[in-house]
Amino acid sequence: MTGMTKQYPGCLANDQVALTVGRNQIHALLGENGAGKSTLVKAIYGVVKPDAGTIVWDGQPVTIQNPGHAQRLGIGMVFQHFSLFEALTVTENIALGLANASERAGLRERIVRISTEYGLPLDPDRVVHDLSVGERQRIEIVRCLLQNPKLLIMDEPTSVLTPSEVQKLFVTLRRLAAEGCSILYISHKLEEVRSLCSVATIMRLGRNVAECAPAEKTVKELAEIMIAMDLNAPTPRPAQTEAAPPRLILDKLTIRSPNHFGTDLRDISLTVRGGEILGIAGIAGNGQTELMDALSGEILAGKPESVRIDGLPAGHLGPHERRRARGCFVPEERNGHGAVTTMTLAENAFLSAFLRGALVRFGIIDARRTHAFADDIIKAFDVRTTGPKAQARSLSGGNLQKFLVGREVLQNPSVLVINQPTWGVDAGAALAIHEAIMALAQAGAAVVIISQDLDEIFVLADRIAVIAGGRLSEPVPTREATIESIGRLMGGTGQQPLGEQPVHA
Amino acid sequence: MLKIEPRGYESTFWRYASPVLALLLTGLTSGLIFAGMGRPPGLTVYTFLIAPLLQQDGLEALAVKAAPLIMMGVGLSLAYRANVWNIGTDGQFTVGAICGGGIAIAFPEAPFWAVFPAVVIAGTLGGMANGGLVAWLRIRFNANEILTSLMLAYITQYLLVYLVVGPWRDPQGFGFPQTALFSDDALAPRLIEDTNVHLGILLAPLFSVGLWFMLEKSLLGFQFRVLGQATRAAKFAGFSENRLVWIAMLISGGLAGLAGVFEATGTLGQLTTTLSPGYGFTAIIVAFLGRLNPLGAIPAGLLLALTYLGGDAAQINLGLPNAVTGIFQGILLFYLLGCDFLLLNRVGWRRTKAGAAS
Amino acid sequence: MTELLVAFLVSTIAAATPLLLAATGELVVERVGVLNLGVEGMMLAGAIAAFATANVTGVTSLGVLAGLVAGIALALLFAVISLTLQANQTATGLALTIFGRGFSALVGAGFVGIPAPTLPKLHFPVLSEIPVLGPVVFGHDILVYLSLAILALVAWCIRATHLGLILRAVGDSHDAAHALGYPVVKIRYAAVAFGGALAGLAGAYMSLAYTPLWAQDMTAGRGWVAVALVTFAAWRPFWLLIGAWFFGALMYLSLYIQALGVPIPSAFLSAVPYIGTVVVLVLISRDARRIRLHRPAMLGRPFQARA
Repeated sequence: MTGMTKQYPGCLANDQVALTVGRNQIHALLGENGAGKSTLVKAIYGVVKPDAGTIVWDGQPVTIQNPGHAQRLGIGMVFQHFSLFEALTVTENIALGLANASERAGLRERIVRISTEYGLPLDPDRVVHDLSVGERQRIEIVRCLLQNPKLLIMDEPTSVLTPSEVQKLFVTLRRLAAEGCSILYISHKLEEVRSLCSVATIMRLGRNVAECAPAEKTVKELAEIMIAMDLNAPTPRPAQTEAAPPRLILDKLTIRSPNHFGTDLRDISLTVRGGEILGIAGIAGNGQTELMDALSGEILAGKPESVRIDGLPAGHLGPHERRRARGCFVPEERNGHGAVTTMTLAENAFLSAFLRGALVRFGIIDARRTHAFADDIIKAFDVRTTGPKAQARSLSGGNLQKFLVGREVLQNPSVLVINQPTWGVDAGAALAIHEAIMALAQAGAAVVIISQDLDEIFVLADRIAVIAGGRLSEPVPTREATIESIGRLMGGTGQQPLGEQPVHA
Repeated sequence: MLKIEPRGYESTFWRYASPVLALLLTGLTSGLIFAGMGRPPGLTVYTFLIAPLLQQDGLEALAVKAAPLIMMGVGLSLAYRANVWNIGTDGQFTVGAICGGGIAIAFPEAPFWAVFPAVVIAGTLGGMANGGLVAWLRIRFNANEILTSLMLAYITQYLLVYLVVGPWRDPQGFGFPQTALFSDDALAPRLIEDTNVHLGILLAPLFSVGLWFMLEKSLLGFQFRVLGQATRAAKFAGFSENRLVWIAMLISGGLAGLAGVFEATGTLGQLTTTLSPGYGFTAIIVAFLGRLNPLGAIPAGLLLALTYLGGDAAQINLGLPNAVTGIFQGILLFYLLGCDFLLLNRVGWRRTKAGAAS
Repeated sequence: MTELLVAFLVSTIAAATPLLLAATGELVVERVGVLNLGVEGMMLAGAIAAFATANVTGVTSLGVLAGLVAGIALALLFAVISLTLQANQTATGLALTIFGRGFSALVGAGFVGIPAPTLPKLHFPVLSEIPVLGPVVFGHDILVYLSLAILALVAWCIRATHLGLILRAVGDSHDAAHALGYPVVKIRYAAVAFGGALAGLAGAYMSLAYTPLWAQDMTAGRGWVAVALVTFAAWRPFWLLIGAWFFGALMYLSLYIQALGVPIPSAFLSAVPYIGTVVVLVLISRDARRIRLHRPAMLGRPFQARA
């Protein structure tokens, strides 16, 4: 492989990007969310058709028509969001990625062989919905390895792994590189790139801005190239010294997940005081969704006393009553959960704020006040939009998230719970959201953030707890926590709740 | 080549233009079908859609047919907006007619002020009970309302047949499957002397306006709209899905029941085995043609009423089977659904530039 | 007694055949994630096309073929609107039913009350002569055996072949299937057309074998029962057979008891299969978790390929 060049004039996502990956290299593609990394690699893999530009593969210029073509050339890709089939087994999932019947012969045995050889343990007969995120990623990797790729593209592979799983993955990747497979490693995590990659291409706003050897740079230097400004991390807040009264108390909250493949919550207890931010870390699928729903009242707890908002037993109360008790919530999924994408921003503002914003009179919507409230959110949170009449789906992810966080923050809650506050959000919006959360805590609210992003939790939280297998660890003050200690807790308990075997389809 | 790109938002122009385009295409297609059947397409479309209106009493007949369609279409607009797929309004219509008609038959001597309100209330409650049963089966047992409501429509049709052929048959009716004529006091009051223009014709647009206001301006209506577009968001906001399903089924069932009462007491004056000429399915088209907006159900109901009159006219004047109505309605709904593609997508022609694409 | 039993079994199998054909087609359609509620319309179109063709040409096999083609034609109409133009599948299915009723009534207006050649019963030497077993197992027309063969084929294909795996995959996650390079829309078109073909066959069976006459709306809700059967079977082919036989028996018994002159109003007996459908739906749907476990995850969801 001599080189790979690609240009897109006039395209927003990628603008005349060039990239060369050498043999045996682990090559990093660095950039913050929205820098155009994913678009670039999708073009290499044939998912996206570039408007212009050329790809040179093994010395030959090629036009990659589709993923099948890319695979035949020897390019494999592990996506950030896996393309797996929940109801099918591991073997079936892998078979679907192999076009020829000859490749599928003896597949089960080859899966076992490759997975043991490369330290990627997998049971070929298990159904995907029973597997942890880490196991799911292994399916994708094994699927690629079965085709003996010469280039393996990995899109943000570690965002879903525990620190110890990350270390194991790195061992596998280094071994692959040593055997002659090039790896294009996409990430925005600088420490990882420094320890794993020999070369890094850094992208910003759809252009490549630098190429360097990451091990020779400091994290700060890399970050500054990536973001092109001095990093102004949110100013740390003064630690809470005097004990404010507790505003949110969970007492042995136990809930059976309504979803067949969900995680049951077991004996979750915690206390959050006014002015405090509690961070809940954990790998996706360990009960975060259920915990969020149990806090917001979308799933009711059996006993009223298991959830208290400002002292009021609320376990049996629905979302509406919990808002009356000044609890506000931002769910993880924006589209269709936190917001109705086909409705206007004004209607979306009304959705969860009609009670606390007094936007209803005698059962009739007060259109003027609703409009004004939506306008307030847009102004206060610098939401880029044409106005309250714009449909929610016309907004970018970051802008919509700012609007949704703003909607809850402006209701002046005494308890605010946010699940994945900055998931899929650009850096500017993330900073604005972080500042809003801190300001709200400063003003005396109890805030719970549930996040997979450990960096975010360490920046924001006063105390950190970890959710794993539906159980919550004892919260520890952030000062006393380390990435390693939290990481151990994240992977600590098994993925499956104890004593309950999942049902196979 | 044809170029299609998603707009990413809903086009306001096509929101209103799409049903008009669908209507034009339906006219065109039916013309072609008539031509294929060896009839002059122009004359047939004219006979089908325009001639009925020019007849004496044409508007009256139109209003009489449109009233039940509007009432049912309004209820369905509301239900479908909440993703509650009641397709058994025929059943609710029939139950309404049975309950109302039953009261009328049972009390032939009662004065108007006593019997007519009782007829109306019984019929509405009957429709609500049928709709409520569907809601209960969905909520309590998770049974798909599409199938249950339709099955109930078949069941109520057999119930009607049983009653009209059996215990309620008119003893002086020469064995015809029909009940005795209702007393004059049980009939829907006429708005205009010596015509069939009955109270229901006045009520239908009133319901339409009332439910439009409810749907667009009230908190309850907002809940319906949220539930229909994003179930999880409705849950997040704390709107009870079960409560909304109940309300949607009770309103759409009740309105269909009321339509049945007026069909029995306003148009027929008795019960027969064939009360509804397929109003249940036609009302579905009314709801969609009206853009699931209760106000839109008024023009949509009038138009579909016209297709019934047109079917009759085509049969009398051109010797076409009146099944033409059904095929026209089916094509119309297809085009309506298909044209909505333009709401979210821009379609245009683009000259292919050789080589530029690759 | 033996005669009664034979009559019961033979009639049950006959009554079950159109349900089985239509439900097998709908099962495949739903397995790839598409909900086509137009089965009733496709059946009616198939019934009239088969009847008219057989009546005009005098050849039943041409009639059967015409029924199949009519079913496919209507199914493709559904596919264009719901898959290409991405209209709501529920509404499009209803449109298909309405259209199929209108279409069949229009074409059928000239065919009411006249006969057409009937699909002959097959006769197997020796085998058909065996008492009880002969008429019950070896005394049916070709479509009865075809329906069973197709069911077995579909069951085998879904369970054991790569094609079946692809079908299941498309119904489980169309986005993942698309990402792996499978032509989701084309696969769905094919499945919908297959469903239409079987619904058309079911219609042809109705008008050429079961009640060899044309009457408006002659399928009388069987298309809907077939849709309900797929849910009843929890999307597993084998269970379709049990469901179809159950409803076949119910339909036969309601007719049989009417013929016996039992003092139950015939309207009530006629309503029994519909009441049965509601009852079965209620019993089967009660366990929401179980339904969710078997239900194709993409059922009824529109798919748009993202560039």
